[in-house]
Amino acid sequence: MLSMTNVSKIFRTDLIETHALRNFSLEVKAGEFLAVTGPSGSGKTTFLNIAGLLEPYESGSYKLDDVEVTDLSDDVRSGLRNQKIGFIFQSFNLMPDLNVFDNVDVPLRYRRMKSAERHKRITNALEIVGLAARMKHVPAQLSGGQQQRVAIARALAGDPKLILADEPTGNLDSLMARQVLELLEKINEMGTTIIMVTHDPELARRAHRNVQVVDGQISDFKPYEPHPTPTPAHGAGVGALATAGA
Amino acid sequence: MFAYYLELALRSFKRNPGLTALMVFAIALGISVCMITLTTYRAASANPAGDRSSILFAPSIDSWDPNQSYDDRDKTLAPTMLTYRDARALYASGIPDRKVIMYKSGGTYRRADKGMAPQYFATRMTTADFFAMFEVPFLYGGAWDAKADAGPDPVLVLSKKGNQEAFGGVNSIGKTVLFKNREFRVVGVLDDWEPMPKYFDVSNGAFQDLEDAYVPFSWGQVMELGSHGNTNCWKTEVIDSFQAFLNSECISFEAWVELRTAEKQRAYREFLDNYVVEQKKHGRFPRPLNNYLYDVDGWLERNQVVQDDNKAMLTMAFAFLAVCLVNTVGLLLAKFLNAAPSAGVRRALGASRRDIFWQHLTESGVVALAGGMVGGLLGLCGIWALRAWYGRFVDEATRALPFDEANFLICVAIAIAAGIAAGLYPAWRIGRAAPASYLKVQ
Repeated sequence: MLSMTNVSKIFRTDLIETHALRNFSLEVKAGEFLAVTGPSGSGKTTFLNIAGLLEPYESGSYKLDDVEVTDLSDDVRSGLRNQKIGFIFQSFNLMPDLNVFDNVDVPLRYRRMKSAERHKRITNALEIVGLAARMKHVPAQLSGGQQQRVAIARALAGDPKLILADEPTGNLDSLMARQVLELLEKINEMGTTIIMVTHDPELARRAHRNVQVVDGQISDFKPYEPHPTPTPAHGAGVGALATAGA
Repeated sequence: MFAYYLELALRSFKRNPGLTALMVFAIALGISVCMITLTTYRAASANPAGDRSSILFAPSIDSWDPNQSYDDRDKTLAPTMLTYRDARALYASGIPDRKVIMYKSGGTYRRADKGMAPQYFATRMTTADFFAMFEVPFLYGGAWDAKADAGPDPVLVLSKKGNQEAFGGVNSIGKTVLFKNREFRVVGVLDDWEPMPKYFDVSNGAFQDLEDAYVPFSWGQVMELGSHGNTNCWKTEVIDSFQAFLNSECISFEAWVELRTAEKQRAYREFLDNYVVEQKKHGRFPRPLNNYLYDVDGWLERNQVVQDDNKAMLTMAFAFLAVCLVNTVGLLLAKFLNAAPSAGVRRALGASRRDIFWQHLTESGVVALAGGMVGGLLGLCGIWALRAWYGRFVDEATRALPFDEANFLICVAIAIAAGIAAGLYPAWRIGRAAPASYLKVQ
């Protein structure tokens, strides 16, 4: 699903150069649930941004779903990001002036999808996260856990192959965090690859595999072991998940 | 996607109504000032002769003081008016297809049947070709003929306004009116006619009102009708009678000729030079040979109908618009950068730089459209106010300012173009912003 080889990323200012990633190499198989841990400033988020095609990098190779993305134009990278990747952020990153429905609609808009198809996907995604009844609410009217579920629905609506989650439970209490994690596990069971950056060792333990990033390099990783639960082929989409979640 | 960008723009306005209003007002202010100035400028710089501009010519011959040029600003220029003798001599030429000599006079008009109170009518003393040459439209009747010029016959043409005042606007052809107690028969009544500027008589003011009556030129000499327009003299002469004035070197008369071919134009230039050379033999025209034959554009330019301060005002107005736009750029930049985290999230969700650019440019365009509409309305109000309050006192040009839909559309188009131009940089900046840097701080 994701293959990075010797990727290096340097942040430069007038005075200093910071090596955020140094010859970073990682392979993530389709259907895997990977937890990325490490101390603050180790390069976890930089890795996630590069994986999400949001940051360029100095050197190395990155293949996303067998497509070498290094030299792609912004339009193509944006298209790939829209089609194949879903993002979940620690601070949810919902648009405050859009209601739940319109928030989930955002990535679908950039896919130039027809209104009826968008409506179907949004409804299904919100049913999966249990917020179909809150479509007309704006984020300020929702709890933190509900907002994160909206963000998950937004990531899910595009039927991505890969979900990148940056501290998805970081702003939630333990009960809500558990609910969100269970939701992610359910999505992963349906075949979506998940890469989750977290500080929480408890959360990391529930992933199939852990990698630790220190000083921009992987310092330790546990080889991938297929999850015992059989996973259906990817592409069942939000409709299939809706059934599973019902 | 345009509909989506439009929807996002409207949401953005609702989110920041104050800032949006400020941007709309900044553009509106600049546009309204431009519109008022542009309208004034267009009124002053129009050429109502249209296609005939290149075949109508005003001769200018240098009969002026040998020790001082006629025009202080440009010493190479010759006078814009003619002496009576020269006007008559030019009128005698057989080269032009049409020819006119004229001057501005006036006097009291009344009707013998006392149906009209005595009233002053500004009167153009002219020759028969005037009406055809300047394409003057008639409501009733028509022009007098060359025979009436030679007579002169007691005939005249009234303007629509003159006919309204003398005869209540009815068809007055064949009726008589007394001009300085002499009876004249009405042979024509003009329809609405407002050449702007009044290019055939810029010496007396390019934005002056048109005359109420038109009388054959020769009546001026018969009735000893002096000029009611500009008269300039340079020579110390004893002028103790009307005839002495006509024989003097004072200039008060204007001539126009219609020359339809290049050959005729060349021949007429030659005629002017030969005439002056001939006159020099009689002790006139003491200055070096310095004759001009201006077409309408050239004539308006030579007489600085569009004055330098008018051009400067136009430049200032557009400079003011530029200042307003620079402010708008600043406001847009602040607004867009403030919304950068939202753009970062959109990028993460699949929007390309191009999407973000067009989204924000659409927002700029909507602000500009609103600014243009509001500015256009403000401009119309401004023009109305100028006409209503200051037109008669400040500037002759403003009196006739048109409520011109074309100007309104031009200004709205300028606003949209300018607003989009103002939005280009902020939209580009927000499109180039690195999304990753905003995702943690949203």
